[in-house]
Amino acid sequence: MLRETPVNIALVLLLLTVPVAASAMDEPFIVTLATKVAIFATAAVGLNIALGHGGLVSFGHAAFFGIGGYGAGILASHAQNYEPLMTWPFTVEGTQQMLIIWPVALLAGGIAALAIGALSLRTSGVYFIMITLAFAQMVFYFAVSWPAYGGEDGLPIYVRNSFPGLNTLRPLDFFAVAFVWFLAATLFSILLSRSRFGLALQGARQNVERVRAVGIDPYRLRLVAFTISGMITALAGALYADLNRFVSPSMLSWQTSGEIMVFIILGGVGRHFGPLAGAALFILLEYALGGVSEYWKFLLGVLLLLVVLFAHGGLIGVVTRRRHHG
Amino acid sequence: MAEPILEIRDLTKSFGALTVSDHISLDLRAGEIHALIGPNGAGKSTLIKQICGELQQDSGSIRFAGRDLAGTGTVERARLGLARTFQVSSVAPEFTTLQNVVLAVQGASGRSFGFLRPVLSDPSLTGPARRHMERVGLTGRENILASILSHGERRRLELAMALAMEPHVFLLDEPMAGLGPEGSVELTAILANLRHEAPILLVEHDMDAVFALADRISVLVYGRIIATGNVDDIRSNPEVQSSYLGETA
Repeated sequence: MLRETPVNIALVLLLLTVPVAASAMDEPFIVTLATKVAIFATAAVGLNIALGHGGLVSFGHAAFFGIGGYGAGILASHAQNYEPLMTWPFTVEGTQQMLIIWPVALLAGGIAALAIGALSLRTSGVYFIMITLAFAQMVFYFAVSWPAYGGEDGLPIYVRNSFPGLNTLRPLDFFAVAFVWFLAATLFSILLSRSRFGLALQGARQNVERVRAVGIDPYRLRLVAFTISGMITALAGALYADLNRFVSPSMLSWQTSGEIMVFIILGGVGRHFGPLAGAALFILLEYALGGVSEYWKFLLGVLLLLVVLFAHGGLIGVVTRRRHHG
Repeated sequence: MAEPILEIRDLTKSFGALTVSDHISLDLRAGEIHALIGPNGAGKSTLIKQICGELQQDSGSIRFAGRDLAGTGTVERARLGLARTFQVSSVAPEFTTLQNVVLAVQGASGRSFGFLRPVLSDPSLTGPARRHMERVGLTGRENILASILSHGERRRLELAMALAMEPHVFLLDEPMAGLGPEGSVELTAILANLRHEAPILLVEHDMDAVFALADRISVLVYGRIIATGNVDDIRSNPEVQSSYLGETA
């Protein structure tokens, strides 16, 4: 039986050392895989704040992932074409600076999550799942039918957006960016879960009546949690757009929402490093089995079923034999 | 005589044809324990739910500290100083006892939007929480998950959470339920002291506890209060004996 903290540290070190070693051995593909893990894990850290800590089963986080992605893509495409985004009442130029793109992605994701959350959180249970899905589908179809930014075909980013002092086109440099964001998001989520806000949020997941009875309004808590959650996932979306140098409506699809949720379930719902464990396992399976059969997702389904039936604590729960978290 | 802290007038509530609260008038004065007794299905819990805002009355009024509670919800009433315990223990099961009590201290503080500072290293939260746990005899059980507490400990945890809110009124819905004789005696001693902090509206089936604690007793039968008075009045009231005490004594 292992304790959880060493397992978490080992996972993070693995995520850090594998791409560094791969880079030294001139295996850029492995570095890109690790970058994908870091980005997916960040997206899942975002969802985990709503789902794991708040008990809010959002089936619409692809909306925020995609909004972050389109934020990056749209700003970059305007910069590439030297066309301002708007000229009235003031001129807004496009940009390829990550330091500007990130706040825009966070803001756009936050506004979208606030609006979607404000309406969705009036429902609960299955209705909440369905209404978040419905909102995400609305955003998806909007992107598909909006020709200005590629519609169904998506939007290419010809040159990866830049960060001062780094050559983001070098795989290891871009990995470093994604890794730091993953760490920052995870540390923030840990702090959040131990704070006043986190205590009340997790209390409301366990027993909402009790939280009301001590004078705390669960709706406001959940709305803030959902907004923070959407912002982090949107940021991951902006990074994902840069990784692929391409944004398409598939980032907004319900399959994407499902995948982000699968990372969390595989890794362990509510566990701080569950998103990393889940995303890493997912990418590894895709890499190892995807080459063998295009039906690899069938095996993923079987694994998911096993985790849900027999290992409630997810992968980290199995390794550490601890079901409780928090 | 000072104005009562909690003043219920002509409270009526029906579910379809069934009248569960039938022109109930009741008040709670500073420093007293007012027990509400009555057979099962008399509408005691429904009354508690209306007082704490979980249910809205059809007519009549509830005034608390001179203010009409009409239109205020559960959260706001808790903030105003109404602390309740539940008939069936209601705590956050995945939290430790300390976390549960801290949650209540935090609720009373009105500040739940701190995002970075860990609650368990904030003495302004844990200090009062530990003090309230000590009062109900839960010292040494701080780090036990609430889900694995014994039934009696969970009842006491609920009481610690109510204490932690530093309320103006305690609404205790059958705090003795399922405690067994020794547990009831211990809890009776704790409750006896509590009235100095805030008056208690006590719904209880344990007659020994009620007669030991109550300054006044109201008897609720089929949604109607058939008698209110001190312990001796109620014991000797023939209507009460036939409709309620007679069944048990």
